[in-house]
Amino acid sequence: MGFADFAFYMFSTVVVVSGLLVVVSKNPVHSVLWLIAAFLSSAGLFVLLGAEFVAMLLIIVYVGAVAVLFLFVVMMLDVDFAELRGELAKFVPLAGLIGVVLLMELALVFGAWQSTENVADLRDAVTPALEDTQNTAALGQLIYTKYIYLFQASGLILLVAMIGAIVLTLRHREDIKRQDILSQIYRDPAEQMELKDVKPGQGL
Amino acid sequence: MGEFLTTGPGIALIIVAQCLAVIAFVMISLLFLVYGDRKIWAAVQMRRGPNVVGVFGLLQTVADALKYVVKEIVIPAGADKTVFMLAPLVAFVLAMISWAVIPFSDTWVLADINVAILYIFAIGSLEVYGVIMGGWASNSKYPFLGSLRSAAQMISYEVSIGLIIIGVVLSTGSLNFGDIVRAQDGDLGLFNWYWLPHLPMVFLFFISALAETNRPPFDLPEAESELVAGYQVEYSSTPFLLFMAGEYIAIFLMCALITLLFFGGWLSPFPFLPDGPLWMVGKMAVFFFLFAMVKAIVPRYRYDQLMRLGWKVFLPFSLAWVVIVAFLAKFEVFGGFWARWAVGV
Repeated sequence: MGFADFAFYMFSTVVVVSGLLVVVSKNPVHSVLWLIAAFLSSAGLFVLLGAEFVAMLLIIVYVGAVAVLFLFVVMMLDVDFAELRGELAKFVPLAGLIGVVLLMELALVFGAWQSTENVADLRDAVTPALEDTQNTAALGQLIYTKYIYLFQASGLILLVAMIGAIVLTLRHREDIKRQDILSQIYRDPAEQMELKDVKPGQGL
Repeated sequence: MGEFLTTGPGIALIIVAQCLAVIAFVMISLLFLVYGDRKIWAAVQMRRGPNVVGVFGLLQTVADALKYVVKEIVIPAGADKTVFMLAPLVAFVLAMISWAVIPFSDTWVLADINVAILYIFAIGSLEVYGVIMGGWASNSKYPFLGSLRSAAQMISYEVSIGLIIIGVVLSTGSLNFGDIVRAQDGDLGLFNWYWLPHLPMVFLFFISALAETNRPPFDLPEAESELVAGYQVEYSSTPFLLFMAGEYIAIFLMCALITLLFFGGWLSPFPFLPDGPLWMVGKMAVFFFLFAMVKAIVPRYRYDQLMRLGWKVFLPFSLAWVVIVAFLAKFEVFGGFWARWAVGV
């Protein structure tokens, strides 16, 4: 067993174990922390595949942004989790049933999986030759030439989702005072303040 | 011996030795950086600063570190023990492993990887976890408020740092630090460096770096006048030392990043002087001096001002700069001043 094999088994074990712990942890903050461990180990698996760009993006996007948001929300929840667990116990049979059905479906799909013989050629036709381009450059060339429309369309979808979220939550209220940053910055001490000489024992 | 070093265990031994060399460099610099920091504030405030332990007080940091280590570790009763102890470790280790990709000269780099900048950025985005975990696990109000502030602040300023770095990457055409520095090499010495073509972004990067590392004037997470010490309130002894050390290492890393991205890394500023790692270290020290001066001189920002600055000033400016640089590089304005990949320097 070489070092790469050892690293593969280590990372995959950590992914599976921490994935399991995400589900069984009693404390939801611990669940999110285990989720982060799972993300990090998956990034390790990507590095082993030679996809270092995707690995770094996985960490930046999922661990650096998405999981922080999760952690934020979960940390501020004030729920009695022991009680919630008791409620959850009622749904375990139903959840188990759904899990079994999904597993069966996956087994069916993989059982009937067939790939054509020229699958390797088809894949080579899309990517630039990996010998002379870097990972990042190869991805960039693909995304910004062949798949530019799909890429822009997915960007637009995200933009629409973002604008939608802002529109849904934005409320303009008339009855509150707002800060006017410019007027704050341009306030002149000479006009706003007056220095008075107060005699001791007399006051103004 | 020579043969042994080409076999598997030999290579592993060399790598371990290189790691230890980098760690030793960072830790020894740390001792004198903390000392220098305190001396600079003291000079600005017309005090003497540390001057008792060792010659000129040089060993003050060593004495402080020793004191932290031998103190008792106090864990609050309601704290989540595992996460409480994990948080300072995360903060320290993450600050440390970023140094793996920092080159000190043309050939002195621990891991010369293609995606070095993304690696730094990924580790930087993880650093917020040390703070969040510490604040949450303390099970106390001030640390929690401090960690929430810190998380929001670090995420906000990461965005502008990322966009500024994209400008430099566009000019170079590579995510590797070695390539970025080599692209700044030329006959004009320091006028070939990126600070000239990317001039406005140097200031933005410096200020974002202050905010990203929770340095004054953006030290709201630990604002001692309102939050006591933010996420560090409940920490004592070695865990506190780890938080402190992690913070200083992150600051020093930011100095290294500014040096590499805008000020030519190990390149000599004058064409007639040789390049070398001493230039790199010297430039990093200069930027650390600037960090310390800012801490000594500038008063703390208000939280809403901080957020406004990040999202309404820095983000639009750096985003616009990415677009501008993309145009300037594509059309090779001034003979490839912004497109070093095109002229092949």
